[in-house]
Amino acid sequence: MKLLQIPPGDLRRQLADSGLWLRTGPFSLRVRSRLDAVAEGLGDLYGQYEVRNPRETFTDFHVAVAPHISLRRWLRPQVKFSFDGIEPFDPLPLEQAYPIFERGLTWCVSEHAHQYLMIHAAVVEKNGRAAILPAPFGSGKSTLVAALMLSGWRLLSDELTLIDRKTGWVHAMPRPICLKNESIPLINAFSPDAFFSRALHDSAKGTVAYLRPLKESVRRQHEPAQPRWIIFPKWVADGEPELLSRSTQLSYQSVTQHALNYSQLGAEGFHVCSGLIKQSDCYDFQYARLEDAVAVFDRMAASVVTDQVGN
Amino acid sequence: MRMPAELVSHVFRDPAAIQRFSMDDWDRLVRQARQADLLARLHALLQQDGLDLAIPAVARWHFEAAAALAGSQQKEMRQKLKRLRELLAGLDFPLVVLKGAAYVAAGLPAASGRFIDDLDLLVPGERLHEVESALQRTGWHAVDLPDYDRRYYRRWRYDAPQLQHLRRATAINLHYAIVPNTARFHPDAAKLRRRAVEIPGLTGLAILSAEDRILHAATLLFHDDGLSHGLRDLSDLDLLLRQAASETDFWPRLLARAEEMELGRPLFYALRYAQHFFATPVPHEVRDHLRSVEPGSATLKLMDGIYTRMLAPAHRSCMDVFTPPARAATYLRTHWLRRPPRQLVPHLVYKAFISPYQREPNPA
Repeated sequence: MKLLQIPPGDLRRQLADSGLWLRTGPFSLRVRSRLDAVAEGLGDLYGQYEVRNPRETFTDFHVAVAPHISLRRWLRPQVKFSFDGIEPFDPLPLEQAYPIFERGLTWCVSEHAHQYLMIHAAVVEKNGRAAILPAPFGSGKSTLVAALMLSGWRLLSDELTLIDRKTGWVHAMPRPICLKNESIPLINAFSPDAFFSRALHDSAKGTVAYLRPLKESVRRQHEPAQPRWIIFPKWVADGEPELLSRSTQLSYQSVTQHALNYSQLGAEGFHVCSGLIKQSDCYDFQYARLEDAVAVFDRMAASVVTDQVGN
Repeated sequence: MRMPAELVSHVFRDPAAIQRFSMDDWDRLVRQARQADLLARLHALLQQDGLDLAIPAVARWHFEAAAALAGSQQKEMRQKLKRLRELLAGLDFPLVVLKGAAYVAAGLPAASGRFIDDLDLLVPGERLHEVESALQRTGWHAVDLPDYDRRYYRRWRYDAPQLQHLRRATAINLHYAIVPNTARFHPDAAKLRRRAVEIPGLTGLAILSAEDRILHAATLLFHDDGLSHGLRDLSDLDLLLRQAASETDFWPRLLARAEEMELGRPLFYALRYAQHFFATPVPHEVRDHLRSVEPGSATLKLMDGIYTRMLAPAHRSCMDVFTPPARAATYLRTHWLRRPPRQLVPHLVYKAFISPYQREPNPA
């Protein structure tokens, strides 16, 4: 059963009562919350995801989003995230109820899923090959990934690349893409398929909204993909797109810097990382217009098809 | 079949029980074991009995990921110990490695699936400064503490403020005693060091003798105010006891040493709760012998009520209405054991009412 088949009233009741069980990629979670913002966000963004009756089902992560009880709540209500009784972050203003859920889910995975090498990077796939995009905040990575997803690339993840330690393949965990400020109208104009959750105003980040992953990406979330490219994107105000080869050594350094559990995995982390670099072409990529960027990515994906035909 | 509320120790006592687990039982087992830091050890136990194949596919990664993490932590610890010995080559006395790091260094069964974060070392009190400055020269520095805590360490503690490396995540704790000198039971650390045995392959590093490892673990467990890893520590004790019991004369040696060190009471409790949770085999003669240090029946009943709750995993599914008072009682009891009242009262008042409102020291 899919989440969109649950009537909104029932969704709210389930969340408040026994919790809503849903699956994203390899992970299952059970969410409890009485907050309308959480029900609304999940209803808007997770419609295509599998849900089940939580009783008699195994759950990877039991999480809750609840108002934070303190004296301050009368002045400025706050919200907290908890994972099975553990509160990994400080409470946030109540408006952040939905974002704290998304952030909490990322924390749960990155803190526990050591069966993968986890890289803080977006990952998309076309023609069976994955492109990994490690990039710092503010590089325009999410905007680029949103445009790629809306142009026929499959979204595997916007922020966590999960590399299977045994096979070296990337596992998908497609989730809503968080976009900020001018990226929101930009992506809206880019594609008629873009659907955003209600925008929130955050004093630190400005306006924030979540882009719903396309149905196709969610439908294929259990399909791993073979890594083929590692691309370090950078948005510039003006100019033609530029794809420049990046040295193996430099790429290795950046990948390990973006890897969340590289040191925890010890020697195995090293082997998985070197395997990844060996089978991938690494590039620095600079672009000004999304259309140009997508065209460059599409040409790369097409070259895979020609290679395969050639072989 | 209905399973007990607390599943972790149930599986240690009867691993084959997992074959009758419902999905709901697996859900609880993983959550409780994660809370108790015992996921990796459970995995090792099930593997050893060939039962890991009975773990349902959806739950398996929790065990495997924990096992991978514990494995790499242990590997890192072994490398760190080697480096440490090279750095401290100038010292003319052995460094005694304690707790998790010691089990790993000596390859004891108690290292099985053991997570280790810190490195605990026992050094002679009069040489503490020497070790501290040797470590500082190689990049380890004491963590910044508020003034009260710094003074408190100087006067009353049994260890130096933690040393952290500039570039490494783990910390080194230097101890010159096992518990504060103010404590009711305070075993003489020099006696422990004298019987320490060198670790094969790691010249200059030593581990406490089999009896002393057990007495040390027992003493710590019943002086621990939070017991955040109570069941894990008790499981360590279970594994230490099972291994040592295979040596001839182990039990008489343990009892004699407990008497000599005046640690009969903590040993009594350790054996009692190891048996309760892990069905650790303890000979009748040993139990009879320890009758002499057993508390009165009312006290014992109270202690059972407290410790069967406090040693269970700190997960909601293992708690009942008596858990919060048991937690409060443990906190008070351990502090009572550590210091006389004229020190204890001002300390607790300071910790409860003053330090939460003081500014954190500047990390820069």
